[in-house]
Amino acid sequence: MNWAVADVVGIREETPTARTLMLRVPDWKGALAGQHIDIRLTAPDGYQAARSYSLSSAAGDPVVAVSVELMPDGEVSPYLVRGVSVGDQLEVIGPLGGWFVWRPEQTEPIRMIGGGSGVAPLVSILRTHIASGNTASVKLLYSVRSPEFVYFRDELAELTDAARAEVTLQYTRHAPQGWTGALGRIDAARITAWAADDASDTSTYICGPTRFVELASDALVATGVDPMTIRTERFGGA
Amino acid sequence: MGIITPGFFGKKREEDPKLPPGQYETKDFPVLSAGPTPNIHQGEWSFTITNESGEKTSWTWDEFMKLPVETVDTDIHCVTRWSKFDTTWRGVSLDTLFENVETSAGYTMAHSFGGYTTNVPLEDLLDGKAWVAFEFGGEPLDPEHGGPARLLVPHLYFWKSAKWVNGITLHDTEELGFWEVNGYHAYGDPWKEERYYYDS
Ligand SMILES: Cc1cc2nc3c(=O)[nH]c(=O)nc-3n(C[C@H](O)[C@H](O)[C@H](O)COP(=O)(O)OP(=O)(O)OC[C@H]3O[C@@H](n4cnc5c(N)ncnc54)[C@H](O)[C@@H]3O)c2cc1C
Repeated sequence: MNWAVADVVGIREETPTARTLMLRVPDWKGALAGQHIDIRLTAPDGYQAARSYSLSSAAGDPVVAVSVELMPDGEVSPYLVRGVSVGDQLEVIGPLGGWFVWRPEQTEPIRMIGGGSGVAPLVSILRTHIASGNTASVKLLYSVRSPEFVYFRDELAELTDAARAEVTLQYTRHAPQGWTGALGRIDAARITAWAADDASDTSTYICGPTRFVELASDALVATGVDPMTIRTERFGGA
Repeated sequence: MGIITPGFFGKKREEDPKLPPGQYETKDFPVLSAGPTPNIHQGEWSFTITNESGEKTSWTWDEFMKLPVETVDTDIHCVTRWSKFDTTWRGVSLDTLFENVETSAGYTMAHSFGGYTTNVPLEDLLDGKAWVAFEFGGEPLDPEHGGPARLLVPHLYFWKSAKWVNGITLHDTEELGFWEVNGYHAYGDPWKEERYYYDS
């Protein structure tokens, strides 16, 4: 596998600070739900910087999608969120990663916890689940600052219906008008309660900023969930 | 070199000979793990080397603490592209641990609490190239960074420095560990950018 020159064929403003880039990658042979690609930028003097981005598209989609959250002091994400236009080209390599993946052959219930942009690979799992006709039960707990920061806002309801998934949003700062659900940072008690009735063979996927992943996975392990059934993807940060 | 990305200039300008290709320097200490962070008490920790005929050499935590300790100053390179310079560790050299181990095997598998494994050729663990480290930056090693003890093999990508390590088994032929089966390179030399298994 080598670096490939991908065409940016679509861009969607996801939130005020995040964008989804649709990429057409030459000779793309599909991915597994949950995998990522690396994107590499090259400055005129040859200096290069590469970072990893999870795919949010379904495993078999011919056009792949990544959703990038802008890190204000970052090197690569500000360029991807503010500097790229449709028709531009980006170098990519992938798909990468073989553990944080969901395969349609899996029949056990799926439990997913996402924080911020960490919902991206979980949406890939949702989409792949729908496309494959898999009937395993799916639930998603999605932690997000406030309504305008919800990724895939317009599709989430549709995806939820199609997958017959149970989606729980947790707003950490502001909730929409009339919101009766939880508000405030996710803590161990919240996760424990949310997962209390899940079958013991459930597979768990947790993705987001490192601290968020640590908290969510620690909470599940503390309630007796087998650590080998918990797959995590840490996006970094504090 | 790739295609030029219009309008991208990057942050770091000076070439740093300490930086392997495709890496960037970070001052943070990011966490890469496949699952939750296990919480292992020193009392339940032990370390066992098992040779190719099944003979075991083991240390409890207290026995381990009586072994000669070395201070290691080194750069570390994670496959997720960050490098961290001038990190300081304290631990026991694998040369010390292998002193009384009888073996003619060429390959090893490091084993960790939680079931993770990673494969390393034996010669990459000996001659001052690897340690079992239990201190980082003058403090006991944090669980999320592999505490109470992790392997430290700084000349390879950092996933080879198995967190929560509890033993090494010796093998006549090369087998692949957890990370390697899941898409990472069998050897993992950062200077050759051996990140993924299909990198030849
Ligand atoms: C497997 C994998 C998949 C990923 N998928 C995605 C994805 O789908 N979408 C996405 O937006 N990002 C994703 N990331 C994170 C991404 O790779 C970059 O780290 C991120 O875009 C920041 O890069 P940067 O060059 O802008 O910032 P850098 O210049 O690398 O860092 C600038 C500062 O931001 C901090 N920082 C870096 N990442 C984070 C973070 N996630 N949260 C908080 N602070 C941070 C750093 O500690 C540093 O202080 C993924 C990371 C991994 C390892």
